[in-house]
Amino acid sequence: MSGMSKIVKTITSIAFPFVMIYGLYVILHGHLTPGGGFQGGAVVASACAMIVVAFGSIWTMKKIKENQLSILESIGAIGFIVFAFLGLIILFDNSGIFFKNVFANSVYLFGQSVEYASTTANINTAGTLPLMNIAVGLKVIAGLFVIVLVMAYASNKIKERGD
Amino acid sequence: MNGVVDWLILHSPALIIAIPLLGAFLTILIGKIGPRIRNVFVIIIMAITSFLILLLVNDVFTNGIRTYVFGGGSTSIESSYAIRILFEIDGLNAFIAIIAAILPIVAIIYSWAFMKEHTGLDKYYTLILLMTAGMLGMILTGDLFNFFVFLEITSIASAALIAFYLDKQNSIQAAFKYIVISAIGALFLLFAVALFYGQYNALNMAVIANNISFTFIDKIALVVLFAALAMKAGIVPMHMWLPDAYGRAPASITVILIGTTLASLYGLFRVIFTIYGKYLFSFDSTQMALTLGVLIIILAVVTIVIGVFMALKQNDFKRMIAFAAIAEIGYMFLAVGAALSTYTFERGAAIISASGQMALKGGIFHIFNDALDVGLLFLVAGAVYYAAKETSLNKLGGLARNMKYTTVFFLIGLAAVSGLPPMNGFASKLIIYQSMFQINPLLTIVAILCSILLLAVFVKVFYSVFLGPKLPKFSGVKEVPKSMLIAMGIIASIIVFIGLFPNIFVENIVTPATNALQNATSYIGGVL
Amino acid sequence: MAFYVPYIAVVALILIGLYAVVFKRNLIKIVIGITFIECGVNLFLITLGYREKSIAPIYTSSPGGIMSLPVPQALTLTSIVIGVAVLALMLSLVVHIYRHYKTLDARKIIGGDEE
Repeated sequence: MSGMSKIVKTITSIAFPFVMIYGLYVILHGHLTPGGGFQGGAVVASACAMIVVAFGSIWTMKKIKENQLSILESIGAIGFIVFAFLGLIILFDNSGIFFKNVFANSVYLFGQSVEYASTTANINTAGTLPLMNIAVGLKVIAGLFVIVLVMAYASNKIKERGD
Repeated sequence: MNGVVDWLILHSPALIIAIPLLGAFLTILIGKIGPRIRNVFVIIIMAITSFLILLLVNDVFTNGIRTYVFGGGSTSIESSYAIRILFEIDGLNAFIAIIAAILPIVAIIYSWAFMKEHTGLDKYYTLILLMTAGMLGMILTGDLFNFFVFLEITSIASAALIAFYLDKQNSIQAAFKYIVISAIGALFLLFAVALFYGQYNALNMAVIANNISFTFIDKIALVVLFAALAMKAGIVPMHMWLPDAYGRAPASITVILIGTTLASLYGLFRVIFTIYGKYLFSFDSTQMALTLGVLIIILAVVTIVIGVFMALKQNDFKRMIAFAAIAEIGYMFLAVGAALSTYTFERGAAIISASGQMALKGGIFHIFNDALDVGLLFLVAGAVYYAAKETSLNKLGGLARNMKYTTVFFLIGLAAVSGLPPMNGFASKLIIYQSMFQINPLLTIVAILCSILLLAVFVKVFYSVFLGPKLPKFSGVKEVPKSMLIAMGIIASIIVFIGLFPNIFVENIVTPATNALQNATSYIGGVL
Repeated sequence: MAFYVPYIAVVALILIGLYAVVFKRNLIKIVIGITFIECGVNLFLITLGYREKSIAPIYTSSPGGIMSLPVPQALTLTSIVIGVAVLALMLSLVVHIYRHYKTLDARKIIGGDEE
């Protein structure tokens, strides 16, 4: 795939930021509305896949390397496990437990408690859940993008060799 | 100091899963620094994990059942909302976990030299650690859906590792076969989980085991679970993926694959004895236990016979060992099936006869021995491949002159797998033969005959690979590097130790495991 | 009767998937068959959690009435995520098989480089 026509490229350039922002919205509001890390990440990755289809995998490979994406994916995964470990480490007495939500109802980020029977959602709640959503989102974006990119690139190579 | 150890023991069920996972993703970052540091890092991570497993196992054997709830909250479950991620470790889990503590660390030490010349090793080690985490999760979890998730993690990681030799057609083909079989097996497992969830509103094994009423839907779920897990364990009608996967993967991966296969077998035993335990062994359904037992015996005999006869006609070193591994799985299955068929109803409770008890003990003991014996043989096959770059038995020959230590390790493995004294395989097979003779002498005859044939198979291998005239082609062959010898040495020394002192092992480790297997009520009591 | 329609769909999806896996020769079609089975199982899980005229279980102040069960939805989501990974792995293996054998016909993919 060496890219499609000019019309497709232009429309992709216009649509890309909107899809991207919608995906990031789904990731960040994962603890309030349906959705979360995986769903939002899949939306963002589909925006990236759109780029691969419109501009071609070779062009995209020049902009971002498979290696960088794989590091990004590892960082997402490490982030998720580290947030799970925080439940153990911050409370180093016997009350700590793996995956414990230490940031909920505390003074830290995302620490406010949910008001009973409130009709508006407050984004600054739910403790470690939004942080984990962000970590998972990062991993899913990088993972799905690298899958699409590498597959497109590999099939391109097979086609190039004439068989 | 004591406080830290207590803290480690308290949180070990979570740490055992979390540390390999964290290590897996850190490996990619650390791999950028240098291969040596990465290898040391992976070994340290795995050593910590093994150490934690041994701490946990020791704690379970002294203090009884352990539970761990992820995210906090009380360990006991009220019957209405039984949804949480819960690990429950009793004697049986702990027993299988010992295997999972030994095999991956041996595989990683072995890989240091074995995989040195290949590229993409960052991802190789990442996948090994992921696979280990998945296997340990399967073993420790007390939740059926969780079991499915860890099964899939293990399958994905191992399929990618089987395809590690990307330039070989056969390994890609084997990996595709493996992933198709695993995906279908896991999806049917999920289907059975959904059947349970629809009826009992629970995913926890203990809660399901407590509420089970053996409706028609439960029978369907039993069939689906049995088929899916037996497929993953390599029982004969569903074994076609196993020789390919074992034979084509790098030898270090095969060793961990044995562990995952045995984890599936553990899942099968857990389903039969714990989840269905309460009903299967009650008064009005001892007939059911007998039916299930006979079915298992038939499958097991077919597995043993086909495994041995297919091993006889193989020309490839690793494929031959793979078929021998299938036959060995048949022995465990045979013992457990025979134990199931001896359930009788006396004085208000279903009890298992003395010979059945012994058969169960032998079968469980054999799980451990099989993992070590077959693992050692695969490591030797890998060493031969590393030194001579050849696995075909027709072309190999005369390697004993140049590879003395490897030959010794092969002889130990040979004796252990075909049940010769003084190796561990003899200890467990003797228990199986003795108990089986009281249940049905015909089964003993088949078992002993197949064991002798297995010996014949491996003597043939020994002759064609290690003995014979020195071939000019292999004159430059050298002994394999130290890391591979150390890995083989660890397994060989455990084999010899268990073979010399089987009683210590049976009394302290196997007996608690068989007791836990038969005692579904205590497993349920750990949570409710 | 309408209550049973999803279950009929579940059985149909799983059977179609099994048919494709067992009888189709093309590797891509086998992969599609596996995704069919997966869709069937996921639909089954979702259907189990559905209650008639229920609301989504996300409100802090519920307008009243019954909520559908959130657990099967969480399970389905997990299973979908795993399904994506399995699908990607299977397809990349198919790409490699095609590179080696120059065909996707399962009958022609026999033997190998060693025998």
